[in-house]
Amino acid sequence: MILDLRNIYKDYQQDKLVVPVLKDVSLQIEEGEYVAVMGPSGSGKTTLMNIIGCLDRPTSGKYELDGQDILELNDKALSAVRLNSVGFVFQNFQLLPRQSALDNVCLPLIYAGVKKKERRQRAMAALEHVGLADRAEFKPAQLSGGQKQRVAIARAIVNNPRILLADEPTGALDSRSGNQIMELFHQLNSEGVTIMMITHDARIGEEAERMLHIADGVITEEGEAGRK
Amino acid sequence: MIENIRLSFQGIWSHRMRSFLTMLGIIIGIAAIIAIVSTIQGTNKQIEQNLIGSGDNNVEIQLYQGDYPLEFSYEPVPAGIPVITPEALEEIREQEHVKGASLYRMRQDYDGVYYLQSSLSGGCVRGVDDSYFSTCGLMIKNGRGFSSDDYARSKKVCILDENSKKVLFEGENPLGKTIEIRQEPFVVIGVAAEKEAFEPVIHSIDEYYTYAENTSGNVYIPDSAWPIVYQYDEPQSLVLKAENTSDMTSLGKSSSDILNQYLMTEDDSVRYKSEDLMEQAKQIQQLGQSTNMMLIWIAGISLLVGGIGVMNIMLVSVTERTGEIGLKKAIGARKSSILGQFLTEAVVLTSLGGLIGVIVGIILSQIISRANGIPAEISVPAAVLSVVFSMAIGIIFGILPSYKAANLDPIEALRRE
Ligand SMILES: Nc1ncnc2c1ncn2[C@@H]1O[C@H](COP(=O)(O)OP(=O)(O)OP(=O)(O)O)[C@@H](O)[C@H]1O
Ligand SMILES: [Mg+2]
Repeated sequence: MILDLRNIYKDYQQDKLVVPVLKDVSLQIEEGEYVAVMGPSGSGKTTLMNIIGCLDRPTSGKYELDGQDILELNDKALSAVRLNSVGFVFQNFQLLPRQSALDNVCLPLIYAGVKKKERRQRAMAALEHVGLADRAEFKPAQLSGGQKQRVAIARAIVNNPRILLADEPTGALDSRSGNQIMELFHQLNSEGVTIMMITHDARIGEEAERMLHIADGVITEEGEAGRK
Repeated sequence: MIENIRLSFQGIWSHRMRSFLTMLGIIIGIAAIIAIVSTIQGTNKQIEQNLIGSGDNNVEIQLYQGDYPLEFSYEPVPAGIPVITPEALEEIREQEHVKGASLYRMRQDYDGVYYLQSSLSGGCVRGVDDSYFSTCGLMIKNGRGFSSDDYARSKKVCILDENSKKVLFEGENPLGKTIEIRQEPFVVIGVAAEKEAFEPVIHSIDEYYTYAENTSGNVYIPDSAWPIVYQYDEPQSLVLKAENTSDMTSLGKSSSDILNQYLMTEDDSVRYKSEDLMEQAKQIQQLGQSTNMMLIWIAGISLLVGGIGVMNIMLVSVTERTGEIGLKKAIGARKSSILGQFLTEAVVLTSLGGLIGVIVGIILSQIISRANGIPAEISVPAAVLSVVFSMAIGIIFGILPSYKAANLDPIEALRRE
């Protein structure tokens, strides 16, 4: 088991009001799974993903990633977990605009202390993996939306993370580019990458082998949601 | 680290105008300091040169009575002053840092030296020994120097310097002509000149006198011929050449002490003393120093303002790049990495400003020197220190914005986009 969340609660303090966002969420994900999380806006999907990605801490509960008790870790150790075990893909890509595609993919490797030559090799391999080797020197502004997202995915997988977290990866894309991203996810998943994807779109959610619904901070599992 | 520096340059370049304006405070501050320091150093060096001469490092030791040099023109020689012996001279020459020592007698003569109708009024007659010319850095330009025969037979020959030649001969060729010293005929056999010509700039009456004494013209004769025109066994003066300018004061003192051991005068105030030109130079230099310190303080304030400008722009930059910071944290950057990145950027910015400031300062000091005729002396330590100092400004004023960036909440940062 890669991921083990038990009885996670998350409250936000707004003025003097306590707003509960996640209520008693428990979730286990096995290695190699492809999970989609669906739910209406404001239901707590991003909050859940931030907790899983070690960007945020729950108010209470228990969270183990790869057998490691995440809630015990300090700031520095959490950075290391994010660096080595988690890959993020965002709706709005979050590429650094002034740097080439290759340099964007290199970024996590810099923080991992990889030497320059190896860095370029590995980043290049990741770009090849997403089919963008020929755009390595392009700046984000010179790429289409779908290409930008593929660069972001290359950046997320360049460090061989244990789990790939994607928050509405197709949200800003037209359906054709979106389909390409979905194909890429399938391919990565079939190569053994564990994926958790958040989406609004039921059609896209159905692509995953396992579907979770979240509403009002409560999570429910969908019985059968096979591939098409 | 190298990656950070590269990124910083990229960032600075992509915001050229903004970066330049941010650096402007630092540039002006550093440029002002460099220009001031260069001008001070140039002025100081010039004061030293005016008083001491251009690197001859000559120290003159004369007999004084109290605070004034002894004059023999109208007064008899006091009893108890022996001729300086070869042993005493040898003792002086054997001191460390002495490159040469020579004996001479000197008389400033207002009405004694003539060529036809021209008088060398206010010029000096010097009876010199055979090493005098090399000790004083004088070269025979035309004709010849004194031969051992001239000394042995006390020949009535003389050598002129450029000034006395000009005053007495006005362009005529002096070689072989006969001049009069105290009604005695002396044949001009040569013309001497200083090896290193130097043109002092004169700021005050004091400086003028010092300068005029050395430049109103000298007539050199062999010391053995001195008694023909002046007194027999007149006390001598000593000139020595020090290795370094900084040795001049101490050598002047120690050599005077050696000579004073031989004195047997009844009057205790008659003593060999060296003119401490270095000391005088230092005093004049210090006068200017306090004004200059104030200017440096003002430049320092400009640096402070520049530093605050850097802090301000860095804070703006942190706000602008919230998304970038959030993303970097999400993909695993540590707080220290973010801190390092922004701190590097601040330091690169201010160092670059410092570097440009040094260059501008050098150019500025050259312009000032052209305009005022004061030579500027570029100080390498001051330039290095300026760049180091501007780096420090980068650290001091960069720390707050960098700290802010490092502690940004990544969720907030990512959400804001
Ligand atoms: N910092 C915060 N302070 C207060 N409330 C917050 C904060 N962050 C999130 N919330 C609240 O938590 C709830 C869940 O937000 P979240 O971003 O997880 O929703 P989401 O399911 O991702 O929605 P969407 O599909 O629109 O992205 C929202 O009601 C939001 O207002
Ligand atoms: Mg969301």
